[in-house]
Amino acid sequence: MLPFLNQGAQSFRHGIHPEDYKAMTRDMPLERMPFMEEVVLPLRQHLGAPSVALVKPGEKVFRGQLIGEAPAFVSANLHASVTGTVKRVEPHHHASGKLEEAIVIERDPYSPQSLYGEQKIDWEDFSPQELIDHIQYAGFVGLGGAAFPTHVKMTVPEGKKARFFIVNAAECEPYLNSDFRILLEWTEAIFLGIRISLKILGAERAYIGVETNKQEAIDRLREMMPSDLPCEVVPLVTKYPQGAEKMLTDAVLDKEIPSGKLPIDIEVLVNNVGTVAGIGQYFSYRQPLIERVVTVTGPGIKRPANLIVPIGTRLSDVIEFCGGLHENTRQILFGGPMMGSAQRFLDVPIMKGTSGLLFLTDQEVFPREEYACIKCLRCVDACPVYLNPSRLGLLAKERKYEDMMEFHILDCMECGSCSYVCPSNIPLVQRFRVAKGLLREKMAREKAKQKA
Amino acid sequence: MSAQTPKLLLTTSPFLKQQEDTAWIMWQVNYALMPVVLAAVFFFGLPALLVTAACVAGAALPEWLIQRTSDKKLLKDGTAVITGVLLALTLPPTIPLWMAFTGGFIAITLGKLLFGGIGYSLFNPALVGRAFLQAAFPVAMTTWTPNGTLSDFFSVSGSSFAWPFMKPSVDAISEATPLAQMKFSGQETGVMDLLLGSTSGSLGETGALVILLCGVYLASRQVLNWRIPVSIFLTVFAFAGILHLVDPSAHASPFFHLFSGGLIIGAVFMATDPVTSPNSQRGCWIFGFGIGALVVIIRAFGGLPEGVMYAILLMNAASPLINRITQPRIYGTRGQ
Repeated sequence: MLPFLNQGAQSFRHGIHPEDYKAMTRDMPLERMPFMEEVVLPLRQHLGAPSVALVKPGEKVFRGQLIGEAPAFVSANLHASVTGTVKRVEPHHHASGKLEEAIVIERDPYSPQSLYGEQKIDWEDFSPQELIDHIQYAGFVGLGGAAFPTHVKMTVPEGKKARFFIVNAAECEPYLNSDFRILLEWTEAIFLGIRISLKILGAERAYIGVETNKQEAIDRLREMMPSDLPCEVVPLVTKYPQGAEKMLTDAVLDKEIPSGKLPIDIEVLVNNVGTVAGIGQYFSYRQPLIERVVTVTGPGIKRPANLIVPIGTRLSDVIEFCGGLHENTRQILFGGPMMGSAQRFLDVPIMKGTSGLLFLTDQEVFPREEYACIKCLRCVDACPVYLNPSRLGLLAKERKYEDMMEFHILDCMECGSCSYVCPSNIPLVQRFRVAKGLLREKMAREKAKQKA
Repeated sequence: MSAQTPKLLLTTSPFLKQQEDTAWIMWQVNYALMPVVLAAVFFFGLPALLVTAACVAGAALPEWLIQRTSDKKLLKDGTAVITGVLLALTLPPTIPLWMAFTGGFIAITLGKLLFGGIGYSLFNPALVGRAFLQAAFPVAMTTWTPNGTLSDFFSVSGSSFAWPFMKPSVDAISEATPLAQMKFSGQETGVMDLLLGSTSGSLGETGALVILLCGVYLASRQVLNWRIPVSIFLTVFAFAGILHLVDPSAHASPFFHLFSGGLIIGAVFMATDPVTSPNSQRGCWIFGFGIGALVVIIRAFGGLPEGVMYAILLMNAASPLINRITQPRIYGTRGQ
């Protein structure tokens, strides 16, 4: 927390310092989860339009075969994560809590589950557009959690350019270690992914931002760094929400992304380290996005682990593989404790954007008494985009949503730092989400009215 | 599946929370006030303890009554105790106990409950109580005894137990406070005496060193916003320093101003009340500057020897305005 303790490490202003709880799975090497009897592949696993199923029940599919196609540019392809037979295409429980159309595949028990069309891709002669086409085909999305289609992000809009490419390996979410294990174990794939990304973007320099609670990863990256790769490892102060694009860009390049703009507006492009490693692997042996690294952790699970999970594996199967739950488990989260989402059904499948499974017990989850806001300013000091959550919280409580616009509620990125620090236990970010939703709805209605 | 489905709780993120809650913060302030009270007892003897007890009882009574008749647990957060103790620290040790009790009662009802309870006060409740007492009982509020010595620790002046609205039978031996001496007879008290508390004054006006140490503790636990006392001290020092340079015979040294009267207790414990101070960091600097400037103006040019209470109350009133003009710059609007 004190500047002299952060020798050499960079950061953004504000933010919070929660306990990182990473020790549980930190030193556990990646472990391959076996193929389960059935996988469930929702057509909506990314931002944008859901993919369209290309297969029908009864059809035989191979591991790595395209089974869902993107109907629009902002969407993503879907591949079978297991060789077997399509059983059903039907609405299924989804991590969002809703029912979503999904392809259910039954594993072929006699198949060796080898990869469909496995081969190295000679990408050196490809044009940037051809490289993007490959990434689009492989169905890549941001693996940090937001699941934004990677090919859309890497297509630099006309008139803009990307001079700097930042690999997001901050992993500021407590408990999670998936990025950390990828940094240690898939280092070569990361460098290949960076090489390809630099070629696509025509960027001059790459940076890998890593928080200093992952010193081994920093050392390993520096040790293995190819001398011809214009890439720099940037140690970052351990602080939440450093993995947010705006905060990471600020920490690495000391550049402020203007309000309402994207990194590309200041010639920066940020990709998650899992995505970059996945791209590297795809070009090495043509494996599309059909599996991902998931940290399974928390006091509620009997055997915490860092797993390579075939996408579509059910939550209940992962729990069973990890030894089951302790009796006092109260909450199961997809993602980390700061921005993850609580799950209700144990048959929901692991998706492309699922970076972790966190099992919390009644020791961590209990109701806390809400007091009135005492204006202690802890939230003001925490907010990474310099809002005044204390003020916004009072307005939200009175449902003065219009007035919240004056205090820039739409700049809130919902990182939850304010709720974390609030001593009065006011559900600040929770109320802001409601307010933002209502305001966006209202703005859309007004826009529609103007058009009419 | 084999595992039995657990009873799962559905809430939204974040699921992690720091441990310190508002009640913890308020009790931290109370603990930090204990050494100050002990110092007052050391300097003034038993009456200091009695006055403090009376104020806390008066402050707790209305909340206790509400607690009895509703399901609201008001006393738990400890703010009534803070108000009671702070009020006591602004009172002279010889004040009749029934007045101290009334002051505490008024502080909580008028200063806090009327505005909506914890978090909604506009003015510092303890100072509201003191302002009431100052207006209602000006004589008792300005009768100061000299510092007690250990030999008469248990002696309680007759005025303490005076019946309500009756004139006390025995008058206390009175002595002017350092500020009054300065104001009305141009006598300056040494800084060492002020620091260590061997002067007359209110319970919390003496022993500056103890108060400062307690303040440092609270600031280190992020319970207290250090910007407010620091900006008050800087302003008072600079402002009083300039006056002293211009005319050393009429104006006391800046050190005297810093360490005399209620400045230190006010700056450390009262101006920093989060509820009644501005809700932006820049606003807190302005707030402290305003208090410092008003203190020096009142002390040097006003009719009263001391001005900390009015300075804080006036700046409390200005807080909403300060909030309006000092909202933080939103991220990503640099140079716009």
